[in-house]
Amino acid sequence: MEKKFLKGNEAVAEAAILAGCRFFAGYPITPQNEIPEYMARRMPQVGGVFLQGESETASVCMVYGAAAMGKLAMTSSSGPGISLKAEGISTLAGAQLPAVIVNVMRGGPGLGTIQAAQSDYLHATKAMGHGGFRVLVLAPSTVQEAIDLTYKAFGLAVKYQNPAVVLMDGWIGSMMEPVTLPEAKEPVKNAYTGWGTRYYNPSGTDVDVVTSCLLEPDRQELLNIHFGEMYETWARDEVMAEEYMLGDAEYVIVAYGTAARAARTAIGSLREKGVKAGMLRPISLYPFPYDALKRLDKSRVRCILDTEMTLPVQMKDDIRLGVTDAIPVHSCGRSGGVVLTNEDIEDALLRIIEEEGK
Amino acid sequence: MEKKITIAGFGGQGVMAIGQMLGYASCKAGGNALFLPKYGPEQRGGTANCTVTLADVEIGAPESRYVDTLIALNQPSLERFLGAVRPGGLVLLNSSLCRWTGGREDVKLAEIPADDIAREIGSPKVANIVVIGAYIGLSGVLTERQMLDAIEEKLGKRPELLEMNRLALKRGMESATPRT
Repeated sequence: MEKKFLKGNEAVAEAAILAGCRFFAGYPITPQNEIPEYMARRMPQVGGVFLQGESETASVCMVYGAAAMGKLAMTSSSGPGISLKAEGISTLAGAQLPAVIVNVMRGGPGLGTIQAAQSDYLHATKAMGHGGFRVLVLAPSTVQEAIDLTYKAFGLAVKYQNPAVVLMDGWIGSMMEPVTLPEAKEPVKNAYTGWGTRYYNPSGTDVDVVTSCLLEPDRQELLNIHFGEMYETWARDEVMAEEYMLGDAEYVIVAYGTAARAARTAIGSLREKGVKAGMLRPISLYPFPYDALKRLDKSRVRCILDTEMTLPVQMKDDIRLGVTDAIPVHSCGRSGGVVLTNEDIEDALLRIIEEEGK
Repeated sequence: MEKKITIAGFGGQGVMAIGQMLGYASCKAGGNALFLPKYGPEQRGGTANCTVTLADVEIGAPESRYVDTLIALNQPSLERFLGAVRPGGLVLLNSSLCRWTGGREDVKLAEIPADDIAREIGSPKVANIVVIGAYIGLSGVLTERQMLDAIEEKLGKRPELLEMNRLALKRGMESATPRT
């Protein structure tokens, strides 16, 4: 079958529709504008709903409403807009509602820059809002993978009744690559599926309210314990990572998304120079592939190079949890939307090797 | 095979269209391609640029420090990106709007009066197709047939339009002779 040549943001939107998503609410922000633009055109064609909210907060709350009524729903934004959606994302998690949130990251805190960067690793993996909840975070490194992971994110969100996040940078969003689209899934037919945490009313009524406000400490504690147990099952069942030329690697680059593509090219060139480099590419950022790091042969691997499109790097703590102090962890990156090239990574690793030799 | 090409010019010269068409054609011909448009404040009235990677292997880095080819459609683009061409690489410049002023002895140079040729054909709009013709003629990465298939599909099959595009592509291919 001939492949389609699609732009990342549009591919993500189409993948959501193929996964059965029939409700999208969003608010414009670069570099993700093609997602709502595409949804505005496409949703009416498939009997779905597109809404541009009056704000980011309103859009994520609309997604909450749609999810509470049993619809597969999605919203997308970029860093600053995701911050505004934080309340809604926390509420979705608290109410145990499935939804997919796409963050096409910007370059830095505040409004940042609109060029490609990976500024939101910590925000996405540690706390997308208040209350101590977690979301599944998937990070594509090609347009094809952006499609596959968006499609998968809906399945995971429903399976765990929890928001799932697709975390990508502006390059994945704006670049075009040949892709194959997955098969269309039937959208959820029920007007109301019974998703979500119920309101606890001690006096007992037949009013059914989906809420994150449980009022009773005992009941909240039970729910919190359930969340904790669920996150442990994610760590067991949902970790995704790619191991690239790790078999004999003495130098291991850890990189995700676009940074991992640059690393792949750098590894080719380093290998030609006789440097045994390889890569571990986390695909799920939460749950993080700690075990793949633990499995590294400590007698062979001389160091790890954490490579990210953000400074200071954000993934280093997670890498160190995986390798402890047994392997030194260095870092390399560009930020603010400055391009990270394969040569940057190659130079960084060659410098480290030179220092080692002294 | 993997070729990286930076295409740069004024907004409105069809910079993105050239990049996309090369990508479409490579994809349609069963090859790999990555089209990366650059958006930034420079969009407003200044230069527009994109990088395309054409390959028959998996594509890694979307952007590297050096490219194999620079297609410069105007003077500021030539000046800005000349340093990014790898030694031995190709500089293809639109001599209707852009003059070679030297500065690199280690690259191949091809000058093509794309806008003049387009006017001779009868539409200034096909200047970017002339440029595509010149590029595939010089690089050999795609055939005339493969390029025409993509042009037909993306730019329409209206006979008069198609004929003009066909002619523009052919003239581009014929006009491109590198000088070193």
